[in-house]
Amino acid sequence: MKALLTPLGRIAALLASDPEASRVVPPTGFAARLTLFTAATMAFLAVFALALALASGRLADRWADALARTATVRISAPPGQMGTQTEAVLRILRTTPGIASARAMSDIEQRRLLEPWFSPDLPVETLPLPRLIEVTETRAGTDAEALRLRLAVEAPGAVFDDHTRWRQPLVRAAGRLRLLGWTAVLLIGASMAAMIALASNAALAANAQVIGVLRLVGARDIFIARAFVRRFTRRTLEGAAIGTLAGMGVVALLPGDGPDGFLTGLGFSGAQWIVPLLLPVLAGAIGFAATRWTAMRMLRRIT
Amino acid sequence: MIELENVSHSYGGSELLCDMSLNLAPASFHFLTGPSGAGKTTFLKICYAELHPSHGAVRLFGADLAGLDRDGVARMRRRIGVVHQDCGFLDHLPLRENITLPLLAAGRDVAAEDRNMAELLNWVGLTQRADALPPQLSGGERQRAALARAVILSPDVILADEPTGNVDWEMSLRILQLLIELNRMGKAIVIATHDMNLIRAAKTQVAARVLRIQDRRLYLAGADL
Ligand SMILES: Nc1ncnc2c1ncn2[C@@H]1O[C@H](COP(=O)(O)OP(=O)(O)OP(=O)(O)O)[C@@H](O)[C@H]1O
Ligand SMILES: [Mg+2]
Repeated sequence: MKALLTPLGRIAALLASDPEASRVVPPTGFAARLTLFTAATMAFLAVFALALALASGRLADRWADALARTATVRISAPPGQMGTQTEAVLRILRTTPGIASARAMSDIEQRRLLEPWFSPDLPVETLPLPRLIEVTETRAGTDAEALRLRLAVEAPGAVFDDHTRWRQPLVRAAGRLRLLGWTAVLLIGASMAAMIALASNAALAANAQVIGVLRLVGARDIFIARAFVRRFTRRTLEGAAIGTLAGMGVVALLPGDGPDGFLTGLGFSGAQWIVPLLLPVLAGAIGFAATRWTAMRMLRRIT
Repeated sequence: MIELENVSHSYGGSELLCDMSLNLAPASFHFLTGPSGAGKTTFLKICYAELHPSHGAVRLFGADLAGLDRDGVARMRRRIGVVHQDCGFLDHLPLRENITLPLLAAGRDVAAEDRNMAELLNWVGLTQRADALPPQLSGGERQRAALARAVILSPDVILADEPTGNVDWEMSLRILQLLIELNRMGKAIVIATHDMNLIRAAKTQVAARVLRIQDRRLYLAGADL
């Protein structure tokens, strides 16, 4: 943290320092406006990339967590054996390590599950429905293969379904989406750095004569660089603040989470709203580093 | 204070300056003459480290230029006041701020030097023009402002490249007078010029020596002047 605060403190000190010294460089109108605009658009885009990363992260976590610990055992057996097999399964589950609880669903519950697909007045009792047993695993989880082997021996009609089959691709997809979001944030930061470097390079080149004069009256490189860095860092900060606030406003207006929230809306939740607020600070640091690097590099070519 | 030892310089093509040596003593007064294009400006640029010579050594206040980093060069330049041939002002800043530029660059408190600044402006006769922008000034005003900027850090050496370049004779004498005053305060002066009358005028007041660049070499001119 301290390693992070020292450069930030230096940037803050620079922004607060002597505005008279920055007057030695004439207003760099076009390049400065370009920087403001670039920082604003990039921050705006970064807010969405960040929202994507955080939302898909939430999605991945939710799926992984909620689904990882629930499983079902489905028993298909002739009506005569259903009772015994159900009991056998429940007995096995109770003695299986890693199973927190197991409960056979009642007819009413099973009917409610099917209602969306069939009409409510369908006589579900008359259909040869499999019996569903709801299983909750402990956090450590259970050995699905061992359980399947035991079930095959003692209750041949029982199928253990731990949801891994369809859960994993979803979690993986959400994870990829999160990675994509963070990659986008990184790329946006990198291209912002590149554009600010280009803009400040243009401003430096346009002021080669001024820089020459400053060098000849005894100015050190850092004095000259600071005049540019101060200006470009401030523009970057301002632009990024505008872009971030605009982006956050738009994200806030997006249709959000439904109450059951399975398809999470693109956005921030709770404390995550603080994360985009870091973007202007980060952008300021990028502007600072990019301009300083360009300035010091260019100054080395002037005597 | 400024020492050149067997200095040669070329801008890539043929050699412009060849094997020049000089040891500038404190409180000395030199003119540097030679035909246009002989290399007077180039010579002065080598003296304040704007140019590194192709060959030979330059020592500023005892420090070898080759061993100085960029910040070291910047610090040396603060001890050498330069009046550039083109003055080298920042056109977007009023005269006052152009003159205090070396103070700012040296990290000195500009506001604290207000009284010195007023005296300096009065000395060069630019009190009324302090808020004008450089492009609004006459040639003589520019030259005097450039001189004010050159002395604001109280350097020990003042190098003036054609300080009377495009002013009338009366103004030339006025500028020369300022430089002679500085010399009497103990500062070493080097003036590049091809105005022989200026050199004669100076010789009536100070023991000025005349350096001449001709055919790529530096000569100490005889007593013909
Ligand atoms: N940066 C440069 N690159 C290449 N050639 C240069 C450069 N600066 C000066 N020259 C050449 O070097 C020669 C000497 O130039 P310099 O300005 O030193 O002459 P000078 O004696 O000061 O002339 P003047 O009396 O006209 O001011 C000239 O022929 C000039 O064209
Ligand atoms: Mg010249």
